[in-house]
Amino acid sequence: MLILFCPHCGVEADETELAPGGEAHLRREGPGSADEAFEGYLFGRVNPKGVHFERWRHAYGCGKWFLAARDTATMRVWGTYPASEAGPPDPLRDAVTADRPGWAWRDLGGAA
Amino acid sequence: MADVRALGPLGMVTLRTDLAAAAGALRDGLGLDVPERLRIAGDTRRGAAWMAPDELLLFVAPGEGGAVAADLGRRLGEVPHLCADVSDLRVGFAVEGEGWREVLAKLSPADLHPDAFGSRAFRRTRLGQVAAAIWPEGDGAHVLVFRSFGDYTLRLLRQSAFDGAVGFF
Ligand SMILES: [Zn+2]
Repeated sequence: MLILFCPHCGVEADETELAPGGEAHLRREGPGSADEAFEGYLFGRVNPKGVHFERWRHAYGCGKWFLAARDTATMRVWGTYPASEAGPPDPLRDAVTADRPGWAWRDLGGAA
Repeated sequence: MADVRALGPLGMVTLRTDLAAAAGALRDGLGLDVPERLRIAGDTRRGAAWMAPDELLLFVAPGEGGAVAADLGRRLGEVPHLCADVSDLRVGFAVEGEGWREVLAKLSPADLHPDAFGSRAFRRTRLGQVAAAIWPEGDGAHVLVFRSFGDYTLRLLRQSAFDGAVGFF
């Protein structure tokens, strides 16, 4: 059971009030991109045990998209932030680093 | 245990816009304030419910939705907005009397403790398998769902009431 704070409406939303949206921070590769980059954009997803960043939609609430940082193994949630953010806010990164020093996810990671 | 009944026809108008920019039009047109987040200003006869950061649901007299939407649209003028009569989109129910809180709490993951779900609260959540909005009103709470979920929701609420209290609150 997962409870995520919706940063748009302030509800502590139960998992069953949310719709999962897959991996966060995907960068779109358009028509001019290399085949390999386009394939990665369409199909390439990470499936880590540990720190992960995901998209969620508050489907049974305000309807807005947000992003969440959590540990897929322990279900520890470090925080959520609006989907309009290009990356996790610094305090959130710091919280992850405090718990999981040396974490890495895609091109994100804790300070050395 | 609590009694469940369908509300009669409701007048409802959806307003999607920059809510801060619409405050003046809402006050001049309907005498309503923009409700705070997760709150309702007024009630089901005349009120404004907070649906999302850019969306309110306005309650007006039955049959007045079209006129209110047109009037509000004029008042909003250049402010980008969507304002439409949605009176037939959803149906309402009242859950009234002793135990009303448990009738809803058994069906929803939302925190319905009086501290979290008290006077003026307005919460969109899940009841059984469908999306719903719930808020305390009168001697209980009112429930709003999409019209096509109406039969399901009425039976769901009645079953929950029939099953009796669990004594949580
Ligand atoms: Zn929300």
